Amino acid sequence: MTTTTLKLRGDAAAPPPGAAPDAHAHDAAPDHDHAHHAHQTESTLKLGFWIYLMSDCLIFASLFATFGVLLNGTAGGPTGRELFDLRFVLGETMLLLTSSLTFGVAMLKLHEGRDGQGKPRAVIRWLVLTFALGAAFVCMEVYEFRELLHEGAGPNRSAYLSAFFMLVGTHGLHVSAGLLWIIVMVNQVQVFGLDAVVRRRLACLSLFWHFLDLVWIFVFTVVYLREFL
Amino acid sequence: MSHPQHAHAHADAQVDAHGHDHGAAHGSLRSHLIGYALSLVLTFLSFGAVMGRVLTPRAGLALIVALCVTQLLVQLVFFLHLGPRKGQRGNTAIFACTVFLIAIVVSGSLWVMHNANLNMMPMQSVPAGAGAGR
Repeated sequence: MTTTTLKLRGDAAAPPPGAAPDAHAHDAAPDHDHAHHAHQTESTLKLGFWIYLMSDCLIFASLFATFGVLLNGTAGGPTGRELFDLRFVLGETMLLLTSSLTFGVAMLKLHEGRDGQGKPRAVIRWLVLTFALGAAFVCMEVYEFRELLHEGAGPNRSAYLSAFFMLVGTHGLHVSAGLLWIIVMVNQVQVFGLDAVVRRRLACLSLFWHFLDLVWIFVFTVVYLREFL
Repeated sequence: MSHPQHAHAHADAQVDAHGHDHGAAHGSLRSHLIGYALSLVLTFLSFGAVMGRVLTPRAGLALIVALCVTQLLVQLVFFLHLGPRKGQRGNTAIFACTVFLIAIVVSGSLWVMHNANLNMMPMQSVPAGAGAGR
């Protein structure tokens, strides 16, 4: 409640949109030094999040390296070629790629409207659409894993399958975490509106979501397509 | 490639006019749609090349890896807004550094383990069936 009052006062004083000081943290008086400070904090936070993403990249890199080393370790078990269905994977890819676009549109809605103040309802609508696409992707992946386990091709069958489940499963867990984060952000947009903190969090989530799509490009190329050459 | 640059520049000018510096953090709808369309084309090319069975394994591998890297670059530029301009430069440099580390980790692992497999072959128990003829 306090946050809302602070925000309203901030609006009444009409600070330049976007440069509005951190409404959650302190009084929203249009103090130049303060605004500059908030801006610096914001870019530092975004840089920090980017560095986190890059370290996540390294996790995926080591999982890809493991997968590459264990490619031929099928131990007489089924190979990927016998297990995977490329049309299914193409479906998953379309879902994730489209969700990347819808998230991008949600981020654009953040800066639309009068004076670039954003359209909260439109942002929420596009976030919900992104969530639906991401959830469909996770459902397809869970279904695929269930089928593999059903065929006796679980992670305990061979080193190759262990590496497969580890790599694809880690990506799936990241997407699930992203879905959870989207739910939280939809709620925050509803409660706080599009203030500076919510904008910054959405910007971080946007990086995270696009990053997951990047990793998936490598997953479908290295794990799935390569099997069928 | 020049149109998206224009779109970016335009978006930035707009942002600056409004006096806030989310700058490179978001592009325009146009740049997102271009990125999406390019990604779609590259994805379909990859799947098409493999599902159509038109290439030898070696050429096929080279093609899908090339398409994969191209799509990576497309998404970095159009969705994550990486680039040489001020404000993006820091992120781009960190990314380049990460790519360097990844290259070492992945190629190093594959190279070392490949050699280990080659040199350890006589020591390994030959899988049942494969050794039946000896």
